[in-house]
Amino acid sequence: MHEYPITCEIIGIAEDYVRRYGAQEVLQINLVIGEDSGFIGDSIEMYFEVIAKGTLCERAHIEIEYIKPLLKCVGCHKLFERTSASFTCPLCHQIGRPTARGKEFYIKSIEVDL
Amino acid sequence: MADNKKIEIFTNILQRNDQIAELTQMQMTEQGLLSINVMGAPGAGKTSVILSLIKEMTEMKAYVIEGDIESDIDTKKLREQGIETIQINTHGACHLDAPTLAAALQDLRPLQEGVIFIENIGNLVCPAEFQIGEHIKMLVVTVTEGSDKPYKYPLAFEKADIIILNKIDLLPYVDFDENYFMAGVRGLNPEVLVAKVTAKQNMGIKEVAKWIENKTTLISQELYL
Repeated sequence: MHEYPITCEIIGIAEDYVRRYGAQEVLQINLVIGEDSGFIGDSIEMYFEVIAKGTLCERAHIEIEYIKPLLKCVGCHKLFERTSASFTCPLCHQIGRPTARGKEFYIKSIEVDL
Repeated sequence: MADNKKIEIFTNILQRNDQIAELTQMQMTEQGLLSINVMGAPGAGKTSVILSLIKEMTEMKAYVIEGDIESDIDTKKLREQGIETIQINTHGACHLDAPTLAAALQDLRPLQEGVIFIENIGNLVCPAEFQIGEHIKMLVVTVTEGSDKPYKYPLAFEKADIIILNKIDLLPYVDFDENYFMAGVRGLNPEVLVAKVTAKQNMGIKEVAKWIENKTTLISQELYL
């Protein structure tokens, strides 16, 4: 649900760069979304189709790179993907702590028409 | 022919929200106010916890900002107790964000040092994703919700500075595996204080009030700056 205002932010940031570079319009927005960020790529794409109309992003395509969350084992320090109801390391069976990996939520780049 | 250019920008999409949150937090610090973002599912007892804490902390001025999708039921309840409270209705939005809180603070105009509770929308998911200007995130969960919540909603547990396990008096009547719950909490957040509480009966509230008073002292010493 909160992807609506977030999509407005994405369009606003992209438009800002278009103006800064003196470009005509945005052709593509490359997003990076961690799967633990709480933001849903499909929802952003859905809102984008509606909100981008009449903006400098109207003809732009959204490309999303998804990042799998990883935990870091306190014992062997290896990074691993969690299973559904456990934070246990599959290698040494100690606990894994959350890392920043999987919480990404940023615009990596935009492609513009100069 | 058109010339296409790729511009690397690596821009945090939440940057505007986070900048406002940082400013709000700084303003609160300067005013000597400890701001607590109270998160939790609907019915977890967020308002009851806030009420019990304010009654316990008699020496400290307390303000509340109430976030709800609709209605002012909780605001009325708090005002009846003489607590200065401002209502935010998001009319559909599932969380409070930094611009919304900053606007509400203009209406509240807190004048004294103390503590400000910001009761977020009842939701165990989205509020954890947004900084709003708080010094502390307080998560209220209950034994009636089940012991699997840290595994299902990890971000709220990971980000919490204090976890209130409410309705602890109902433990004999519900299927709540405390060891499983605590293993999940400790996996996500090894140091967090987990306080067992029954807010309605004021059980366990004193310990939480002391913890908050200690944090308020830190604010007055500007250690959060």
